[in-house]
Amino acid sequence: MTAIVDIRDLRKVYDGGFEALKGITLSIREGEILALLGPNGAGKTTLISTICGITNPSSGEVTVGGFDVVEQYRGARSLIGLVPQEMSLEPFTKVKDAVSYSRGLFGKPRDDAAIDKILKQLSLWDKRNARVVELSGGMKRRVLIAKALSHEPKVLFLDEPTAGVDVELRKDMWDVVAELKAQGVTIILTTHYIEEAEAIADRVGVINGGQLLLVEEKDALMRRLGQKTLQIELQEPTQAIPETLAGYDLELVSEGQALRYTYDTRGESTGITRLLGDLSAAGLQMRDLLTEQSSLEDIFVGLVKEGAA
Amino acid sequence: MNWAAVSAMYVSEMTRFFRTIAQSFISPVISTSLYFVVFGAAIGSRIDQVEGVSYGAFIVPGLIMLSVMTQAISNASFGIYFPKFIGTIYELLSAPVNFLEVVLGFVGAAATKALFIGVVILGTASLFVDIQIQHPFAMVLFLLLTCLSFALFGFIIGIWAQNFEQLQLIPLLVITPLVFLGGSFYSISMLPPIWQKITLFNPVVYLISGFRWSFFGTADVPVGLSLLAIAGFTALCMGAIWWIFRTGWRIRS
Repeated sequence: MTAIVDIRDLRKVYDGGFEALKGITLSIREGEILALLGPNGAGKTTLISTICGITNPSSGEVTVGGFDVVEQYRGARSLIGLVPQEMSLEPFTKVKDAVSYSRGLFGKPRDDAAIDKILKQLSLWDKRNARVVELSGGMKRRVLIAKALSHEPKVLFLDEPTAGVDVELRKDMWDVVAELKAQGVTIILTTHYIEEAEAIADRVGVINGGQLLLVEEKDALMRRLGQKTLQIELQEPTQAIPETLAGYDLELVSEGQALRYTYDTRGESTGITRLLGDLSAAGLQMRDLLTEQSSLEDIFVGLVKEGAA
Repeated sequence: MNWAAVSAMYVSEMTRFFRTIAQSFISPVISTSLYFVVFGAAIGSRIDQVEGVSYGAFIVPGLIMLSVMTQAISNASFGIYFPKFIGTIYELLSAPVNFLEVVLGFVGAAATKALFIGVVILGTASLFVDIQIQHPFAMVLFLLLTCLSFALFGFIIGIWAQNFEQLQLIPLLVITPLVFLGGSFYSISMLPPIWQKITLFNPVVYLISGFRWSFFGTADVPVGLSLLAIAGFTALCMGAIWWIFRTGWRIRS
């Protein structure tokens, strides 16, 4: 697949000197759903804002559909729909007027049929003549999405679309995303929920401290994220892992004082019960047990260090 | 040109205006009537004529200018400040529009509203006094340029302002005094000689003088100079807005 969004060494330094993006390079394939995972303040919104034209890049290059977002902003922005994180809507406008306005702003001629279709798709049809101020939070979120879709974008950015949203709307949103993907729309969403990335993304990028730590196919990443470790501290240190335990993913740590077992929480069985039985059978006495799940950040900081070494 | 965007912005801004059409219409009618009661009837009856024109008629161009300038500024500054305040500016910034299109949409709408109010005041004034317009073409030109240039200036204020106080600051502290001291209600020939000189530093004097000339054929300063002043002010504001969009000053981080 060809890249529809191409980001090369993108940097953003704010006036106060804060470096929000530290050289991001990323190719987003046409038609995929890419989830950008990262803690608050990681640079997710700055990245999206820079691609969409809300923030000026300090250096680097971004193209959307082959158009440079700074030099050829008209071409680039026409292809983009953006659903912002904040509920930014003019309160006294009617829903359908708000959506029509966005379509016009993006240079498309008025098309009531197209607007009606979007309103129905997002279950906003009944509220089309309501003023934004009368809507619930979930409904406002739908209006934001309808506005972003009003000009039939090729690339849709969803900035934390499900933050503070109820379960029903979240489910609806995922359905809409699936439908858009079927129509060939490329979708980039940011989130700090791993489950969300897991539910809908094709690829997952992890961003932290203004750096893109990793981009990987979702399935491969989820396998890694599902891993946990069990540290078994021994009464007596041992020199080597007994032969009978060779079948387990074990490693000797703390100079033989402890064994570390890595297992997959998503597997049918974690193998812990069997391991503990086999440890006793091998004559190893346990002093303490400790389980640990690496945080997203731990895992990827580790990966980046590995890569740099 | 992205004409669809220009029309979307213009229509959206005008919709806001029409939502409150009653206030937009009634308030200038009432304030104009009040000015006529106070200045025209109460004080004006003690003043014979100014430069061969009855005082009631003499103040009409000044009254129109006063309202048009303040309305153009407040409409345009609020029009662009409000999206900044509630965050909807994101959409404008991410849209495929250039500075000229935004100006045509937002400033065009603000200027239209000011023009509407100017016409309402002219209509109201004609109920009180007999008004002759000697140079109708020049009158329309001055009115249009004033609506446009002050809407442009208001747009700049709206982008500059970071809170509602700042939004009011320049209209209240700068524009209102300049307009009142710019000869809205008097001819500068009525001032002491020293003030006649000082007042020439007030740019509003040129606008009101030119506008009044188009009504009565008499002016405080040459009409060419008035036209030059308003054209220069328009160009200056356009330049400033072009720079704002190029650098993203106060709108794009």
